[in-house]
Amino acid sequence: MADLTTRIAGIKSPNPFWLASAPPTDKEYNVVRAFKAGWGGVVWKTLGEDPPIVNTSSRYGGLSYKGNRVAGFTNIELITDRPLELNLREIKQVKRDWPDRALIVSLMVPCEEEAWKRILRRVEETGADGVELNFGCPHGMSERGMGAAVGQVPDYVEMVTRWCKQHTRMPVIVKLTPNVASILAPARAAVRGGADAVSLINTINSIIAVDLDRMAPIPVVDGKGTHGGYCGPAVKPVALHMVAEIARDPECRNIPIAGIGGIESWRDAAEFMALGAGAVQVCTAAMHYGFRIVGDMIDGLGRWMDGKSYPRLDAFRGKAVPNVTDWQFLNLNYQIVARIDQDLCVKCGLCHIACEDTAHQAIAASRSGGERRYEVVDQECVGCNLCLYVCPVEDCITMVRLDQDKGHLDWTRHPNNPLRKAAE
Amino acid sequence: MTKQGPGVQPDIAAGRLEPEAYRAHFADVHPPLAREAALVEANRCYFCYDAPCIEACPTGIDIPQFIRQIATENLAGSGRTILEANIFGGSCARVCPTEVLCEAACVRVAQEGKPVAIGRLQRYATDPLLEEGRHPFARAPRTGKRVAVVGGGPAGLSCAHRLALLGHDVTVFEARERLGGLNEYGVAEYKVPGHFARNEIDFILGIGGIELSTGKALGRDLELSALRRGFDAVFLGMGLAGVNALDAPGEDLKGVMNAVDYIAELRQAASFAGLPVGRRVVVIGGGNTAIDIAVQTRRLGAEDVTLVYRRGPEAMSATAHEQEFAQINGVKIKHWARPLRLTGSNGHVAEAAFEYTRLVNGKLAGTGESFALPADMVFKAIGQVFVADPLREDASEPLELEDGRIHTDEEGRTSLAGVWAGGDCTARGEDLTVQAVEDGKRAALSIDRALRR
Ligand SMILES: Cc1cc2nc3c(=O)[nH]c(=O)nc-3n(C[C@H](O)[C@H](O)[C@H](O)COP(=O)(O)OP(=O)(O)OC[C@H]3O[C@@H](n4cnc5c(N)ncnc54)[C@H](O)[C@@H]3O)c2cc1C
Ligand SMILES: Cc1cc2nc3c(=O)[nH]c(=O)nc-3n(C[C@H](O)[C@H](O)[C@H](O)COP(=O)(O)O)c2cc1C
Ligand code: SF4
Repeated sequence: MADLTTRIAGIKSPNPFWLASAPPTDKEYNVVRAFKAGWGGVVWKTLGEDPPIVNTSSRYGGLSYKGNRVAGFTNIELITDRPLELNLREIKQVKRDWPDRALIVSLMVPCEEEAWKRILRRVEETGADGVELNFGCPHGMSERGMGAAVGQVPDYVEMVTRWCKQHTRMPVIVKLTPNVASILAPARAAVRGGADAVSLINTINSIIAVDLDRMAPIPVVDGKGTHGGYCGPAVKPVALHMVAEIARDPECRNIPIAGIGGIESWRDAAEFMALGAGAVQVCTAAMHYGFRIVGDMIDGLGRWMDGKSYPRLDAFRGKAVPNVTDWQFLNLNYQIVARIDQDLCVKCGLCHIACEDTAHQAIAASRSGGERRYEVVDQECVGCNLCLYVCPVEDCITMVRLDQDKGHLDWTRHPNNPLRKAAE
Repeated sequence: MTKQGPGVQPDIAAGRLEPEAYRAHFADVHPPLAREAALVEANRCYFCYDAPCIEACPTGIDIPQFIRQIATENLAGSGRTILEANIFGGSCARVCPTEVLCEAACVRVAQEGKPVAIGRLQRYATDPLLEEGRHPFARAPRTGKRVAVVGGGPAGLSCAHRLALLGHDVTVFEARERLGGLNEYGVAEYKVPGHFARNEIDFILGIGGIELSTGKALGRDLELSALRRGFDAVFLGMGLAGVNALDAPGEDLKGVMNAVDYIAELRQAASFAGLPVGRRVVVIGGGNTAIDIAVQTRRLGAEDVTLVYRRGPEAMSATAHEQEFAQINGVKIKHWARPLRLTGSNGHVAEAAFEYTRLVNGKLAGTGESFALPADMVFKAIGQVFVADPLREDASEPLELEDGRIHTDEEGRTSLAGVWAGGDCTARGEDLTVQAVEDGKRAALSIDRALRR
């Protein structure tokens, strides 16, 4: 089986599956159960200065989509609500008992050098493998000048990262908030500050739903609610994009990336890695199903790598990055059209009505002898893929390529582009 | 085992089972869906364009729409979508052979062999409306037109409801004491347990504008010519009042009964434990009535129930699903045999003899070989027939028949001006509740057009 050993920012773990800093890594009891289940590493639930914060009762909200629970998830929790001393004692014990696993400690303290220095010294004493700076928490902490309030200001990100690098020997991972216009600004700042790695994404500012009886956002706390941090399967696309942006940005200089956001299976993890992530972190999926999901993550990733003859993670890490480009470089001569396999078609008519009402009137509906028939009109089909995605039958609609030997023509040279480059 | 042959007393007894067994045997065969299950099932629907299921429903219910309304938890809207097309949507959710109607057409059958459970979802959507009891439709302004409806079964009441909705005043003449037709007297108890059929009719009558005249039979207490004179239009929904004869010796022995008569008794019984049932029951026929009597006598405690049909399984008008249901209930189905004679002692049946059959040049023929089944009760379930006598009073202007039933055009118009007909008594369509409802609705719309002309 393929070798899943992971090394990122100088931190080793037997596999790339870590638990993200969150309730699953809140205390020794959970973390030990996670390690027993096979997780390669954990990022301990974020520590802060004493006295500990206080959490609300009614903290989570879930988004069900057509009967599927927790397609998206939100929370209004803050950092750990346990005393610092207790956490540090447990961290030390766990690291001693589980030396082969990665144990990273997430931190969030006020934006003052002394505060960071103080806590870093204490974490170092535990023997932890590294620290992760929580610049991402979108609620509760940013109002106190921490978390996303720092993560949204690149200068602060750089400054705090630099302090931390100065005051500890431990590797420093900077966790990024997605609640920014461009992820590159804080990512580059972290790189400038000397970060050993970045991890992303933290949760997205959101109101997951409104309770129409109580007329309040969910989760409702005694009649009121507040914006929470959105996560779970629904946020994966946002996270993938941000990871790819950093991976292909020259100024980020190939900084190691821990991918986070909606990861539930080995396949999700492989996608993050293909876009450059060296390790992944999981929260919602573990909260949904328990720690045992890691079994198939390890097994499935290994088998997939074997099938593709990737002996190590590095063999495919970042392999999709060169194929992520800007729109202007896409080949406008490339032309595909839909094909409907009439033997597989179940006559639901969804491709027709979607194309007819909202796209290009390229799927004709007809009846012969009472039998429904849906057929693509090649001249009208622009190859948008809409029908492919609404069709409920696998492989019934495929897209076939029609442009033969037309060569590459992108927007930079397209005749319709007033700013086009002259042909060579 | 005691050996019983001719000359021995028939073993017919009531109260063969414990009280709980009766309760269990005649409770809902398909319990209602719980909310979670309904949501999951509703989300299996693709919301097809030009959906085949709609076309397969005789009443044309907008099935994808009502299922979507379940999925969005707009249950009241969903129930209304159903009842707009089919006011007996609650009954139909329970009694329709969906496996040969909407669910057979569901595209998921082609895809994965498992249709969306349309029938059970329909029940999920209509139950709350019926339980709440508030009638969801309001009558149009009164037209002052009066329509007579003969027969208070699904066809008659569907017609009456639609006419009332459109503003006409309706009088329903029903021969029996109770409305409902075969919904009340025929359909298997476990499909519509308790007083579902009655409650549904109360709900339907909630529209207002429908006057009831029960215990009034056309041909006995009323004449068609008088109705035609006294009302602006007449709708006939009389169902099938007669049953086919076996034409085999011994048919008049005691213990030989029409299945529909016994079922009617069962449906009206105050207590199932009080119904005498034979230990060995033989059922002759191949339709749903045969299945229903076979299963219900088994469930009353009959030990051996054998259903004998003269052709193969595919020729039975009972659906494959119904046949399987009978078998699961311990009914033995024997194909390819026809009744020769019934014999008995002291005037009571004791044995039913059959001859094996086969097809010869596409025609059914006896093989000459035979067998006999001991029987304490024999049920005839070989089809019902229309009885035209009540309509024959006016020979100068006879009502045209077709295959022994009333001839109508697509809108339900008969050969007599101002007279419409629908349901089992007409030659069109299958003998199904849902078809009767559609016939009644369609005739009402036709009557409405005629009266507004
Ligand atoms: C045993 C049995 C089980 C069945 N099970 C099912 C099933 O599971 N699913 C299904 O879809 N269908 C089933 N059917 C068929 C279904 O019940 C009928 O197709 C449906 O009831 C027809 O409705 P209708 O209104 O035309 O006739 P009916 O329901 O027969 O109603 C006719 C009404 O007219 C009245 N009437 C008759 N003559 C006169 C007269 N001269 N004057 C006044 N009133 C009169 C009758 O008393 C009756 O109330 C079953 C039928 C039987 C016999
Ligand atoms: C194929 C596609 C093309 C879109 N094009 C535009 C656009 O040209 N301009 C725009 O403002 N939004 C555009 N949008 C965004 C939509 O208007 C809408 O804001 C977005 O899809 C979110 O809504 P929804 O997910 O609820 O449908 C587009 C969306 C889709 C799916
Ligand atoms: S055919 Fe099936 S999937 Fe399509 S609309 Fe009807 S119930 Fe839904």
